[in-house]
Amino acid sequence: MSTSSLNSRPSKLPVPAIAATAAALVGLAIVFAFLVAPEDADQGISQRIFYFHVPIALTAYACFGWGAWKALRLLWTREERYDLESYVGVHMGTIFGALTLATGSIWAKASWGHWWVWDSNQLVLFLVLFLFYSAYFMLRFSIDEGPRRANVSAVYALFGVALIPVSFFAIRLAEDFIHPTTFNRDGPQMTGTMFLTFCICWLAISVLAYALYRVELLGKRLDTNLRELREALSGVGSTVPERGS
Amino acid sequence: MSQSDYVVAAYGVVFVTLLIYVVIIAAKLARLERETSELAELARRKRG
Repeated sequence: MSTSSLNSRPSKLPVPAIAATAAALVGLAIVFAFLVAPEDADQGISQRIFYFHVPIALTAYACFGWGAWKALRLLWTREERYDLESYVGVHMGTIFGALTLATGSIWAKASWGHWWVWDSNQLVLFLVLFLFYSAYFMLRFSIDEGPRRANVSAVYALFGVALIPVSFFAIRLAEDFIHPTTFNRDGPQMTGTMFLTFCICWLAISVLAYALYRVELLGKRLDTNLRELREALSGVGSTVPERGS
Repeated sequence: MSQSDYVVAAYGVVFVTLLIYVVIIAAKLARLERETSELAELARRKRG
């Protein structure tokens, strides 16, 4: 895999600016979630978990979708840089997926008295989606680096994207009365301030995910560039110290 | 546990995960810095 193909398109937005925006938005989101949004009449203070839990879940879906989109671009254009972008997208999705399960489980314990309910289609399908994409890493790292690994990973990432709408609409397709439905055909089932808080939190988590995506991508590209530089220098003549030596 | 404890736990999980991520990135940066120094040293030796 050549460095030029990995770094072929310079990014428009600088990473520090994205990270600073994400930090400011997350701070604003916390202020809105705890100080501005009114307390829910039914659930009380535990409802405030909603402001981070749902945006994290939606961001996980978006990251998996992003990973699949980049996988499609790889298969379509054969540009190798999309392999790394797809991998980082799926990695971000898995991190946010784990956070969705953790925060959701805590909220479930606070609201229903159980950490997990197997009867809920929404929960089980999200777990299936999470486990599917967790297996992506086992598959990816069981194959030697190269075009074959990129292609197999891309096909797997694309298959997983079919689970996203199934997971997202499961609660609406099935009569699932355990997991609450906040957004239905009548719109958001919350007050204006609550909805504004939700939107700010969603924006904050999305920008945070994008910042983490860009940071990780930057690190991976640096790694690749250094490896190529090391190989180029070792090809010139004298002994080059091995990585980690 | 009270309801507010669960809220603290949920937000705490997110915060700790972010913190772990920052630590991992910091460790990676340190490794990259070390490797860059090694390569720079090698390039200097080759040059003269």
